[in-house]
Amino acid sequence: MKMKKSFNGFDFLQNNLVPLMFIIICVICYPLADLSPGHLLNEIVNRMGRNIFLILSLLIPIMAGMGLNFGMTLGAMAGQIALIFVTDWQIWGIPGVVLAMLLSIPLSVLLGLMCGKLMNMAKGREMILGYMMNYFVGGLYQLVVLFLMGSVIPIIHASVRLPRGFGIRTTVNLTSMRQCLDNLIAPRPYGVKIPVLNFIIIAVLCLFIIWFRRTKLGQDMRAVGQDMEVARAAGINVDRTRIISIIISTVFAGFGQIIYLQNLGNFATYTAHTQTGMFCIAALLVGGASVEKASIGNVFLGVILFHTMFIVAPRAGIAITGDAMIGEYFRVFVSYGVITLALVMYEIKKRRAKSQGGALLAQAQKEGGVQA
Amino acid sequence: MRGIKKDFFGNQVLTDINFTLGAGQVLGLCGENGAGKSTLMKILFGMDVIRETGGYSGDILINGEKVTFNTPFDALTAGIGMVHQEFSLIPGFTATENILLNREPQKKNVISEVFGQRLNTLDYKEMDRRATAAIEKMGVEIDAKMVISSMPVGHKQFTEIARELSKEQLKLLILDEPTAVLTEKEAEALLDSIRGMAARGISVIFITHRLHEILAVCDQVVVMRDGHVVRDVPTSQTSVDDITRWMVGRDVQSAVTPQEAKAEKADARIIMSIKNLWVDMPGETVRDVSLDVREGEILGIGGLAGQGKLGIPNGVMGLYEAGGTVEFDGRSIPLNSPRKCLDSALAFVSEDRREVGLLLDESLEWNVAFSAMQIQNKFLKKMFGGLIKWRDEKAIHDVTQKYIDALEIKCTSSKQNARELSGGNQQKVCLAKAFALEPKFLFVSEPTRGIDVGAKALVLDALKQFNRESGVTVVMISSELEELRQTCDRIAIISGGQVAGIRPATDPSESFGALMVSKVI
Repeated sequence: MKMKKSFNGFDFLQNNLVPLMFIIICVICYPLADLSPGHLLNEIVNRMGRNIFLILSLLIPIMAGMGLNFGMTLGAMAGQIALIFVTDWQIWGIPGVVLAMLLSIPLSVLLGLMCGKLMNMAKGREMILGYMMNYFVGGLYQLVVLFLMGSVIPIIHASVRLPRGFGIRTTVNLTSMRQCLDNLIAPRPYGVKIPVLNFIIIAVLCLFIIWFRRTKLGQDMRAVGQDMEVARAAGINVDRTRIISIIISTVFAGFGQIIYLQNLGNFATYTAHTQTGMFCIAALLVGGASVEKASIGNVFLGVILFHTMFIVAPRAGIAITGDAMIGEYFRVFVSYGVITLALVMYEIKKRRAKSQGGALLAQAQKEGGVQA
Repeated sequence: MRGIKKDFFGNQVLTDINFTLGAGQVLGLCGENGAGKSTLMKILFGMDVIRETGGYSGDILINGEKVTFNTPFDALTAGIGMVHQEFSLIPGFTATENILLNREPQKKNVISEVFGQRLNTLDYKEMDRRATAAIEKMGVEIDAKMVISSMPVGHKQFTEIARELSKEQLKLLILDEPTAVLTEKEAEALLDSIRGMAARGISVIFITHRLHEILAVCDQVVVMRDGHVVRDVPTSQTSVDDITRWMVGRDVQSAVTPQEAKAEKADARIIMSIKNLWVDMPGETVRDVSLDVREGEILGIGGLAGQGKLGIPNGVMGLYEAGGTVEFDGRSIPLNSPRKCLDSALAFVSEDRREVGLLLDESLEWNVAFSAMQIQNKFLKKMFGGLIKWRDEKAIHDVTQKYIDALEIKCTSSKQNARELSGGNQQKVCLAKAFALEPKFLFVSEPTRGIDVGAKALVLDALKQFNRESGVTVVMISSELEELRQTCDRIAIISGGQVAGIRPATDPSESFGALMVSKVI
C-alpha cells in the first residue's frame, strides 16, 4: 500500500478552509478598521478570558462522538438562574461568583441528565436534538423566571422583580460582581489588561481536559465516540458514558456562562442564553474543529479569529458603508454560515472516504493484478 | 481442562451435535454456508441472539462441568475468546489500546478516590507491557503503537487475536474465518501462531473455508452440513477431497435430481455481457468479473458468503459503486444509475427485501404497481390531454390480484400492508413487483433466503415459469447450491470476487464444491 503522507495542497485547503477564510477576512478588514494594535489586543485578550471557558465545555461531547453539543445552552440557563438567586441574595464579588457556580451544578446536572437520556434515544441525531432542546427548555426557563420566581420561588429584592410583584426584570444587573474575576489580578503591560485569574481558571480546565483524556472514563468516551458497537461488545456501558459526557459539558457550560456574564456586568434575562450555543460552536469551528474532532488548540485559534473579525468588521463596515450595523449582521450571518459549512464538509468527507474503496479496487484492476 | 462436550437437540438449525475437544488441541470446523457453524459458535459464546430466540437444548461441558452462558461476558470469564469475522476494533485507537480495550490497567489518584474508579488514570507503561506480551505470544511482528485505521488488514486481524490472547484466563479460542482477509504470507504466520497457542495449552476452534489450512494445522476436523455433524475425524485420516465431498454431498434420500437438461441453448445469442466488473460492496467485493448471459436461460450464480456473488447484481443495477462495462442487448449500460437499468427493461429482486424491496407500510397493490408506475408510466390514466396523470386503481387492483393468485400469496386482500405478511409472502410480492415491470432481464438475489420449504418450491417454480412463458432471461443468485442446480441451466461459481468457473447444472455437486473454495481469499 502506498499510503505515504505527502503534502496535498487540495486536502490541506479542504481541511482548513474555514480558518483560512477567516484569516483572509481579518487581514483585509484590519487596515480598513483603522484600529491601534494595542486596542485590538486589549479587546481580544478580554474576550478570550470571557469566552474560552464556555467553548472548552464543547470538547468532551465531541470526544464521546456526540457532535457539537448545541445542548450546552441548557447549562447557560442553569448558570443564569443561579446568578439571579445570587443577585437577589446580594452576595457580591468573588464569593457571589463562586456561590453561583456551586448553585448551578445541581441544575446543570439535572438538565444534562435529561438531555443525555434523550440523546441516547436518538443516537446519530444528537445535534438536531440538542438544538431543539434549546427551544423546549428555553420555554421551561421562561416559565420559571417569568411566573414562578417571586410567586412560588421567593425573590426578596424589588430591584430584581418586575413591578407587578412576580417575574424577573428584563435585565439583571451584575454591577457588584462586574469583572471581579478579571480585575483581581490584572497587570497592564503596554496598556493591555490581562485578566490573570480568568486565564488561570482556563488553564486549570485545559489541564483537566488533558488529564481527563488519560483516565479510564476518558478512554471509554473515545472508544464510544468512535464505535459504539465495539465499545459495547467490550463491556463498556455506552449509554451511561454518553450521559456523563453531556452532564460534564452542561456543568462546564454553566460555569462558562457565569464567567461570561460577570465580565459583561449585566444580562438580558430572557435572551442572554439564546445565542450562546451557536456562537460558541461557530467559534470552535472557525478554529478548525470538525464535528468529530476538536482540540484545545482549535478553541484558542477559533476565539482569536472569530473575535478579531467581530472587532474589526464593524469598524471596517463603517469605513466602507457608513453603517455600524453591518458588524452585527455579519456576526449572525457568518455564524450560521460557518456551522452549515462545517456540517456539509463533514458529510462530504465521509462520502469521500467511502468512495475511496472503489477507487482502490479500480486501480488494482487496472494494474492487472487482483488486490491482495 | 478435560474437554468440551456439547449436545444440542431439537432445533432445526442444529440437530444433535456432539464433539469433544481436548486441551491444547486445534479443531477445524467446516461446512457450507447455513450448515450451522456460526449458530453453534454463537451458542458456545453465549451471544444474545440465542437467548432472544428461545435458547438451546443440550449441554456444554467444560472440564467436565456443565456451564450456561447468558452473555458473552460469562463466556469470557469462563475462558472462551472469540474472534469474529467482522473486525471489532476501534479505528482511531492504537493496537495497544485496542488489545486492552476496557481492561486497561489503571492507577488510582486523588480525584478517583472521591468520584469513583472510572476517573483512575490509565497506566500506559503497563498497557504497553501487556500488549507487547500478547503480541509476542502470537509470534508475529506488529507495531503496538500504530493506529488501527492505518494498518493493513492482516495486522488488524492479528490485533484482534492478540486482544483475546491478552486475557489471562483464556482456555479456548474460537477463530471464525480468520484467514479470509489475509494474504498467503499472513495466513502462514497466523497458522504458525495457532500452532504456538496450542503448544501453550490453549484449545482452538478454527473455522475456515480454506481446507488446506485445516489439514495444515488442525488435529481434528468436524464437518457440518444442514445442522448435523457429518464427520468428526482426526486430520491425519482425511484429505481435501474427502472434506469437500462431505461438505456438499447430500444424503441419498434428500438428493434431488437436477432438472432435466433443456434443449441445447448454446447457440442462443448473448443478451448481457459483463466485462471487467468491479463492485465496492462492503463484504461482497467483486474483482474483475467477466460473464456472458445468453438470452432465455436461467443462469445461477453461487458461491460462499462474502465471496462477491451478491455484489454482481447490486453493482450492475447501480446500488453500489461499480466500474467496468456492461452491455445489454447490444447497448452499453451506464453503471451507478439504477434508473437507467430499469429503463432498459432490467429488473432486480434484492436480497434485502425489507430495506430495498418493499414499501412495508403500503398496500400490496402499491407495492406491486409502484415501480411499473414510476418507470414505465403503466397503470396511469391520462386526463386533460396528458396534463394530469391519474392512477388507474382498477388496473392496479387487477394486476395485483392476478399475481396474488398466480403466486399464491397468502393475504387478507390486495389492500393489506406488506409489513403484515410473512417473509415468504413478502418475497413473493417482491417477485410480483418485478414481474409487473415485464422486464426482459431479471436479477433475483437470494430469492429463498429465510423462507420455508413449501414457499421455496413455489418461488422457484414461479421463476421457472416466468422464464419459460415470457422468455425472460433470469440470473439467480443463491447461496444454496442444490436450489441453483434445480432451477438453473448453467451455474457460475464466484470465489474470491472472481468467476471460478461456469458449469452446466447437471454436473455433480462435488465439482461445484471444489470451485467454491478454489480462489477463496
